[in-house]
Amino acid sequence: MPAARLARSLAFTLLACSLLAAQPADPLLHKPAPPFVRTDLNHKPVNISSYRGKVVLLTFWATWCAPCQIEMPHFVDWQTRYGPSGLQIIGVSMDDDSSPVLALTRKRHVNYPVLMGDEQLGEAYGRILGLPVTFLIDRHGNIAAHFKGETKIPVIESAMQRLLRQHIAP
Amino acid sequence: MRLPALLLVLAVACPRLIPAQSSSPLSATTVPTAQLIQPADLAKLLDQPNAPIVLQVGSHVFFNEAHIPNSQYAGPGSQPAGIALLEKTVSALPKDKFLVLYCGCCPWNRCPNVGPAYKRLHDLGFTNVKVVYFASNFGDDWVSKGYPTQK
Repeated sequence: MPAARLARSLAFTLLACSLLAAQPADPLLHKPAPPFVRTDLNHKPVNISSYRGKVVLLTFWATWCAPCQIEMPHFVDWQTRYGPSGLQIIGVSMDDDSSPVLALTRKRHVNYPVLMGDEQLGEAYGRILGLPVTFLIDRHGNIAAHFKGETKIPVIESAMQRLLRQHIAP
Repeated sequence: MRLPALLLVLAVACPRLIPAQSSSPLSATTVPTAQLIQPADLAKLLDQPNAPIVLQVGSHVFFNEAHIPNSQYAGPGSQPAGIALLEKTVSALPKDKFLVLYCGCCPWNRCPNVGPAYKRLHDLGFTNVKVVYFASNFGDDWVSKGYPTQK
């Protein structure tokens, strides 16, 4: 290989390595989902740890978040279609107060528990400082995927379907 | 390469460099480009003697999680209560005071808060108002970049 070509290949490899190294590892991935217990909008307790054995889609959203409004009908549909296979969706609203959340979730016929988030919950899940943010939690209670910002719906759905196919050995 | 072609190439290659357009009349894209300030430029100003007054016009929950040092919570610009709090916050300030608004709740062209807040200050006669351009959100474009935060 000529020296110039070798130098170019080496430079490209170094650049690729440095770019990969610059990507911070997601500290939440493949770790147990941070535990929390909250009361949902229907005054029912939601304990994230109690969903062990199910695949949990935990979504942080808000009524003023436009991309979140796009996701919501899909989540309602998935809860209906995949619920019997072990999916549980949980919504965490980052709105400042619950009245617009109640109104919107009723209007959209949301069929999964929605609770009000706060800074403690946001920090536990890696600081929620932009929406939407969605986590997929596997049947063992570990975070398997973390989607930040607008994400293509089929990407989330296929990751969720993969997790639903995994079963805990008896 | 001619300028329009160059802009088109930049928009396709680096969409975050050029604010996206939106049809919403009060979306962040209604803020004039000349009134935008980049996060890096604001960070340099924070320690200066003539530092601007920085107002967060988004979610209070986010503000409690992390905010720009010495910034004040001024209410979500998309809601009447937020605009009322913004008006109260600036009521005693001279109209030429250097003010910087930010939200960062959502990608720039999806933010419902900074457009109405900017418009209200403009309508009130404030002449020196900038808005921080967060392409993705406050977490990605400020906190993750290592700029200072406060709780």
